[in-house]
Amino acid sequence: MKIFDDKLRSLEEENQERDFSDLIDDPGPAFPLDRREFLKLVGGGILIFCTMPRSFAQEGGRRGGHSLPEDFNAFLRIGEDGRVTGYTGKIEMGQGIITSLAQMLADELDVSYDSVHMVMGDTALCPWDRGTFGSMTTRFFGPPFRAAAAEAKAVLVELASEKLGVPKERLKTRDGAVYVVGGSRKVTYAELTKGKRILRRIKGVPVETAADFEIIGEPEIRRDGVDKVTGRAQYAGDVKEPGMLCARILRPPAHGARLVSVDTSGAKEVEGVEVVHEGDLVAVLHPDPEAAEKALGKIKAMFDKPQPYADDKTIFEHLLKVAPAGEVVAEGGNLAEGLKAADYIVDETFLNSYVAHSPMEPHTALAKMDGNKLTIWPSTQTPFPLQDAAASLLGMLSANVRVITPFVGGGFGGKSAIRQALEAARLAKLTGKPIQVAWSRAEEFFYDTFRPAAVVRIKAGVTKAGLLTYWDYGVYYAGSRGSEQFYNIPNHRTMSYGSGWTAPQSAHPFATGPWRAPGNNTNTHARESHIDMLAAKVGMDPIEFRLRNLRDERMQAVLRAAADKFGWKPAKSPSGRGLGVACGTDVGAVVAHIAEVAVDKKTGHVQVKRVVCAQEMGLCINPEGARIQMEGCITMGMGYALTEEVKFTGGDIHTHNFDTYTIPRFSWLPEIETVIVDAKDKPAQGGGEPAVICMGAVVANAVYDATGVRLFQLPMTPERVKAALSRA
Amino acid sequence: MKETLRFKLNGKPVSLQVDPDRTLLWVLRYDLKLTGPKYGCGEALCGACTVVLDRQAVRSCSVQMRDVAGKEVTTIEGLEQNGQLHPLQEAFVKHDALQCGYCTPGMIMNAYGLLLNNPQPTRSQIIEHMEGNLCRCGAHMLIVEAIETAAKHMGGRTQ
Repeated sequence: MKIFDDKLRSLEEENQERDFSDLIDDPGPAFPLDRREFLKLVGGGILIFCTMPRSFAQEGGRRGGHSLPEDFNAFLRIGEDGRVTGYTGKIEMGQGIITSLAQMLADELDVSYDSVHMVMGDTALCPWDRGTFGSMTTRFFGPPFRAAAAEAKAVLVELASEKLGVPKERLKTRDGAVYVVGGSRKVTYAELTKGKRILRRIKGVPVETAADFEIIGEPEIRRDGVDKVTGRAQYAGDVKEPGMLCARILRPPAHGARLVSVDTSGAKEVEGVEVVHEGDLVAVLHPDPEAAEKALGKIKAMFDKPQPYADDKTIFEHLLKVAPAGEVVAEGGNLAEGLKAADYIVDETFLNSYVAHSPMEPHTALAKMDGNKLTIWPSTQTPFPLQDAAASLLGMLSANVRVITPFVGGGFGGKSAIRQALEAARLAKLTGKPIQVAWSRAEEFFYDTFRPAAVVRIKAGVTKAGLLTYWDYGVYYAGSRGSEQFYNIPNHRTMSYGSGWTAPQSAHPFATGPWRAPGNNTNTHARESHIDMLAAKVGMDPIEFRLRNLRDERMQAVLRAAADKFGWKPAKSPSGRGLGVACGTDVGAVVAHIAEVAVDKKTGHVQVKRVVCAQEMGLCINPEGARIQMEGCITMGMGYALTEEVKFTGGDIHTHNFDTYTIPRFSWLPEIETVIVDAKDKPAQGGGEPAVICMGAVVANAVYDATGVRLFQLPMTPERVKAALSRA
Repeated sequence: MKETLRFKLNGKPVSLQVDPDRTLLWVLRYDLKLTGPKYGCGEALCGACTVVLDRQAVRSCSVQMRDVAGKEVTTIEGLEQNGQLHPLQEAFVKHDALQCGYCTPGMIMNAYGLLLNNPQPTRSQIIEHMEGNLCRCGAHMLIVEAIETAAKHMGGRTQ
């Protein structure tokens, strides 16, 4: 598997490198088709091309040969029937942007929300995009998307003015039409655009401000709900092509294992099976996936397994041993002086295990060759990078590869990895037939790009009066996202040593990658646990302690909002109540959580009973969608806090299915209450990730408050809780 | 060896030449083109493939075709009647009880199986019955609310 693995690894690294940055985006339409071809694809109707303000273009920089537009972007189309189509290279994987982007478009263009339809993640139809990750859609795609709609509306008003012979000042827009103020005359957008192609531009049209919003900021339920409750919604595995074959691929027993010999004769005897063996790739193909699976079982293969150098218990020691040199994330003041000023010092190390993304839909893709053109229908977060990667793998032009992304059944960062789609593409090219690669759950666990195991070391000091004096922080392998502390500490240094993506090859025995709010779960767990220990040291209420050491007004506001909602009564910890607090910042938003837990001291089981979360995310486009994302983050976050942990010996992954990898279930369900702190006038920030970052710390702090015992390692499994209690 | 198996699928009789060893999920998805039931784990651990077989919610990834013969299968595609969403579907939409939607057909069919046998479940009965259905997006709270709403709306009826 070596050659393909190496090629994939480099393609995937290239792909994932992008996932780290929380700051850079976004759309750089090197518009993939010329306009005539584009029109052929989208059918009738009128395209409106807009120029993006320079600031948007500068935001993205140049990446992977995709230069950002100085020229036109196509974000929307007004059909002859008046229906409006919005185009985005982003994909829908549950985060709800199919709804919030439609809200933006409808509001800015002044058309009815129901008249808007979204086309997403199709490389032939949509403007280029780096991928759907980092909570970037609303923050970075949103502004140019809204600007496109605002400019389109301005152009339509100008055209209406000419058509009606009425000055623009006397015109207003409503519901897809331009009206004469105080009169009955009107012209619809569809009438204006009919039979014409509009290439007119108006520069510098402002987007709406909060006072103008009619649809933005209003709660909308998911617009894909009906398709999803009826089974009509198509995911990658639901797309079928005539003559399609299902592939099952021979897998190594461990990462790093080499195929020594293989005998495929048994598989060939199964009726209707086609065996592909080319270099490192051994696959069986059959119209029925079950038959393919059976045939795969008849292949005899010998692999050379490398010596494992670590397992899930020894990995932390190993990681520290091979840690690369650190980089300074932030520093200020003088640590030695901070140490002198401290009355108490807390010096601790925090650990977290590898966790899997485990979306309910495993990685799946269908690929089809048609002449020299390749089409892929994948479950992916990165359709455009996949287009380039598939072209590069198969020696094709990117222009001859089209990626059409159906609904994605959960991603959480894991579907930035595109191996399954490249496997399908390779098999489609080799056989000339449409090939579906749909990973089994075991393959999903095997090839998942886990959230890296990580270590955080913190030394910090505090005065008797409860003021932080210094903060010496080092994070290993999680990356720096969320590591920069935001408390008012005069002397501080934050170091980051490697990350899942840039760590040396010898660090992790398998691939790691971005997992919802990458790095931040690790960093916030460590920081907020440590802050709690310092508060306990000086005998202060954990919220009061945080507020005393915070200058950040947004953080103060969410802490107070959460405390209000919870009905917080100050007490020093451990109070025996089982209450915990944590706060943090991610993708531009700030969050504060308060949790109540019950700890069964006999079994070590932790039940989260209630979670309150306050979030300030700037302008919130869809409060309903944002609330659901927060609830989802809280629920998902309980998993990495309490149970989720990948078991392995070297590259041999022992976790194969949900019987040994426990994700949150119905019986876990706490009472969840969310507060979105109003900030309509501020730019929109991320909403899909922030509320997951505090879950490790808020539960750990609540466990401490309940028992007086602190856990330093995630997940806080019953065994670890019991062990900690027995040590106390 | 292929055999002719007869069963009812979403209210209609089906006669199928099929190897009785084959698994219901794959026959539904590939032979009968019903892609509502999803593959999630293949070992009855996640519930994404749930269908109702003779009024009981079952994991179609772990049911062989021989055990389907002579019975009645309902998939998510069979819930809608005359273009009307089933109250469960309606409630899932209104409560926004889904995100990525991949587990949704299984969630709804599992809940449907519950309501067929216990039209007025308590909250804890709902949670207990849904325990084996996994949702990674974390829509659990809204799913429970949606099932409660549907049960209330149906007022003890099972359809």
